Amino acid sequence: MPVQEMQSAESVLEIDKLKVNFYTYEGVVKAIDEISFALEDGDTLGIVGETGCGKSVTVLSILRLILPPGRIESGCILYGTKDACIDLAQKNDEFMRSIRGNDISMIFQEAGNALNPVLSIGDQVRESFLLHQQQELCKSVLKRLSQKGDRQSGYRRFLSWRYQRKLRRAAGNGLKDRRYGRLLKIEAMRWSVDLLRNLGIPNPDELVKRYPHELSGGMQQRVVISMALACNPAVLIADEPTSNLDVTIQAQILQLLEELKKRYHSSILFITHDLGVVSEVSDKVIVLYAGTVVEFAEVRELFKKPLHPYTRALLHSVPSLGSKKRLESIGGNVPNLINPPSGCRFHPRCPHVMDICKKQKPDLYRGMGNSDKSHLAACFLYQQEGAA
Amino acid sequence: MFFLKKRRILLGFEQHPRLNEFTFSLSRILKNPLSLIGLSLIFVFLMIALFAPLIAVPEKPEEPFRIPHEGYSVVPKPPEPGHPFGTTTKQYDIFYGVIWGTRTAFRIGLMVVGSILVIGIAVGSISGYFGGIIDEIIMRITDIFMALPLLILAMAIVTALGRSLDNIMKSLIIVGWPIYARTVRGSILTIREEDFVRAAQAQGAGTFRVIFKHVLPNAIYPVLILASLDIGAMVLTAAALSFLGLGAQEGYADWGQMVSLARNYIVGPQGQPFLYWYVVTIPGLFILFFVLGWNLLGDALRDIFDPRLRRK
Amino acid sequence: MLDHLLEIRNLKTYYPIRGGIVRRARNYVRAVDNVTISIRRGECLGLVGESGCGKTTLGKTILHLEKATDGKVLFDVSREAAVGLQDITLLRRRRLKRLREKLQIVFQDPSTSLNPRMLVKNIIGESLAIHRIDHGRARLERVIGLLKAVGMNEDHLMRYPHEFSGGQRQRIAIARALATNPDFIILDEPTSALDVSVQAQILNLLIDLKEELNLTYLFITHHLLVVEHISDRIAVMYLGKIVEMAPTENLFQRALHPYTIALLSAIPIPDPDVRRERIILTGDVPDPVDPPSGCRFHPRCEFAEQQCEEQEPKLVDVGGEHLVACHCRDAVAAKYWTTL
Repeated sequence: MPVQEMQSAESVLEIDKLKVNFYTYEGVVKAIDEISFALEDGDTLGIVGETGCGKSVTVLSILRLILPPGRIESGCILYGTKDACIDLAQKNDEFMRSIRGNDISMIFQEAGNALNPVLSIGDQVRESFLLHQQQELCKSVLKRLSQKGDRQSGYRRFLSWRYQRKLRRAAGNGLKDRRYGRLLKIEAMRWSVDLLRNLGIPNPDELVKRYPHELSGGMQQRVVISMALACNPAVLIADEPTSNLDVTIQAQILQLLEELKKRYHSSILFITHDLGVVSEVSDKVIVLYAGTVVEFAEVRELFKKPLHPYTRALLHSVPSLGSKKRLESIGGNVPNLINPPSGCRFHPRCPHVMDICKKQKPDLYRGMGNSDKSHLAACFLYQQEGAA
Repeated sequence: MFFLKKRRILLGFEQHPRLNEFTFSLSRILKNPLSLIGLSLIFVFLMIALFAPLIAVPEKPEEPFRIPHEGYSVVPKPPEPGHPFGTTTKQYDIFYGVIWGTRTAFRIGLMVVGSILVIGIAVGSISGYFGGIIDEIIMRITDIFMALPLLILAMAIVTALGRSLDNIMKSLIIVGWPIYARTVRGSILTIREEDFVRAAQAQGAGTFRVIFKHVLPNAIYPVLILASLDIGAMVLTAAALSFLGLGAQEGYADWGQMVSLARNYIVGPQGQPFLYWYVVTIPGLFILFFVLGWNLLGDALRDIFDPRLRRK
Repeated sequence: MLDHLLEIRNLKTYYPIRGGIVRRARNYVRAVDNVTISIRRGECLGLVGESGCGKTTLGKTILHLEKATDGKVLFDVSREAAVGLQDITLLRRRRLKRLREKLQIVFQDPSTSLNPRMLVKNIIGESLAIHRIDHGRARLERVIGLLKAVGMNEDHLMRYPHEFSGGQRQRIAIARALATNPDFIILDEPTSALDVSVQAQILNLLIDLKEELNLTYLFITHHLLVVEHISDRIAVMYLGKIVEMAPTENLFQRALHPYTIALLSAIPIPDPDVRRERIILTGDVPDPVDPPSGCRFHPRCEFAEQQCEEQEPKLVDVGGEHLVACHCRDAVAAKYWTTL
């Protein structure tokens, strides 16, 4: 039975024994097999893994964006603080809609695909404001109207008073009435321009009128990031945001994310397959393999002293600067998740495989010489050290 | 020669992978209930067409498509022994007409669609693959053909060449091929830029080889689906033209022609509007189920060949 | 006289942008603009650059998959007899076909570079069929031999590409390229679409094959760590021009073009202790239709001077086979390499 409350006082998001299955024509794909991890406030948690390891499925299930034939079988997704947390796995769609974009935001790999090609940039950025911050928008419009009020003619003042009455009454339904909905949209557009300017994008007033295809890949990604941060979310999920970008543009975007993290006090879940990016961006890292967490550590620890055989193999297969040493590759193939290997899912490819690995699934054990829970690996090699 | 080599390499009971793909497609067709209905319908019609000489024995073996009639009475007669479906105007036997009409329908459908497939693929491939000025010219010619109205053209051809089913088929062919050419060209424009086509060119493959072995096998699926849907549509259109009097001669076993004969008797006398239901309903039902069968099959083929849904 | 397998001289590939009713060419996309490179027999030349710099177009133009607008691509045909260099851009169809036996290419995305409706056996054996090499049994044996050379086996012959993983498909593509015993293979981002561990396998395979079969590679990529691992020399492209070319070690230890330096500093290194000072370039890559005047990099360059805007720099040899096209190379050296 998964735990219903948060373990740690600093966490803002905790996943506990999450299990996700996909019911397909060819069988049940056991995509995520009871993974658990925690994201602490203000941290950047890097999620590393190769194709098919379940990184995207994990974060999509946090936002409950998994569509049938996928289903969250069991587990908790706890969001909030230790004293007041909610289990996102149990909430209905309407509730999730108020969370998405507002408390937890996501940016995707292909920024171009995340933007609607027939809507202008301004339309898309202000959408999050209009969806989640209507009350604030109404107040802002009211303030602006009341400022103009004294200088207006009698008739206009009367109209404006009527608008204000309506605004005050229906703070939630601002968009239903087309007349004052228009004012809200204009205000939201002003906010969007300010947001883009704060992000350091040049000429935002002109940019909001343009369409996505007129922008370069890097600029598109910057727009998507601004959309995600519009409502000051507590958690930002970045699903391989720079994988399709050129190296120099990637550097720009990573720098941007750094600054934004400091300014908005968000915590970031950064998914990538590039070990270099992860070492730069993250404070802590988890390594996923075939739907299971195989290692969790602070970033320096992971790169200096990788514990799990998979992590070690991964680090040795990346070409490093200056060395012409032959790259090590991992024998075998990524397992088919319809029939995953029994016990530890990595055992068919592991150079240190033991009998127990084929029978039981390892828990996360503490690494050698660690007294606190900072460096964990799911491997029976470390079982003697004690469970986490 | 190569086949024997394949056998020697294959271990045990492993089948040739093309056979595997085929059986996979077949199993998908058979599992989808709608497509099963479509397939059954077509199968039934096929049997009727094949065994027509046995089911409805022709009076004159050398002119099987002439419907026998025992008199010249204009009023249709209801079903009775000897005439299972009744008789229509001028006492043409409906049963005989619809049975042999099945053969005519298949003939129309397959010949018209077959021809426009060949023409459309040939024209579309040349236009799509070579591009440039050839593409422009061919597309403008296609535009011209597309602008021809079917009805007017059919009337003109019939006036010039005489009233017959063959002439209707000619007009259907003339008007029908542009869509196929366009569809094929569209597919080819996409496939042409794919890496594996470039790879084939990089290996020195000549134009013909590239088109026939690489581009067409991948580009042909949309047209095949269009074709299967069109077989029914062509029969329907031919029936409509026959109804208007442009098609087969009177007394020829063709479904549209039969409905045309019953033109004056669609609605019965005052107080008994459905008295002569059989003259329209029975040929109509044959047309309906024939077209339905091909439509369902076409839908099923589309679902099967869609690469995204294929392995779901 | 160095043994050059391939010489590219003043190669230009321009794509016309047509407009108006008559579709006359109004402007050109200068994808490859006056490129001159020589590749020696047996070496691996890395070609790096970001998207839009023209490296893929250069690869395709060499193989005559794209038509060159100007310039020569000279290829040494025969190993045995010193026939000399032949200009690919001028060849007629039959001669070109024979040349294709010697020049091959491996594409980036293995899922689209293999015909999904062809069996693996036919994919690999196609070039043998085209060039009428071997028949029947002998051809089959040869295909099996190729599969084994790339680390696969006989069972994989009678399958379709979609039944394989990305890494295996790329191996099939490599086997296909090796079928006709080529001398020169262009590798267009062969590992970019693959996972990290699979990338290692493929790179090792490519290195081994190069040794065994004495191949020459043109390795096109944007991944600097990969190219550093496999190449002997590296050329850096920006907006259709070569801005720097040097032996691998020299490039990494003493790059002289500001763009190269920015590129090198932008590579994420998988070592959290290394915190380099990053040179973040401002702005985006400019449009290849309307490139900046003079040195194409000058709007984004920290060293840009008046001269850079007016005059285009030429590739100059600064010693040790290190070529650089930059007016301010001494200033660059002074700023970044003073410690050396």
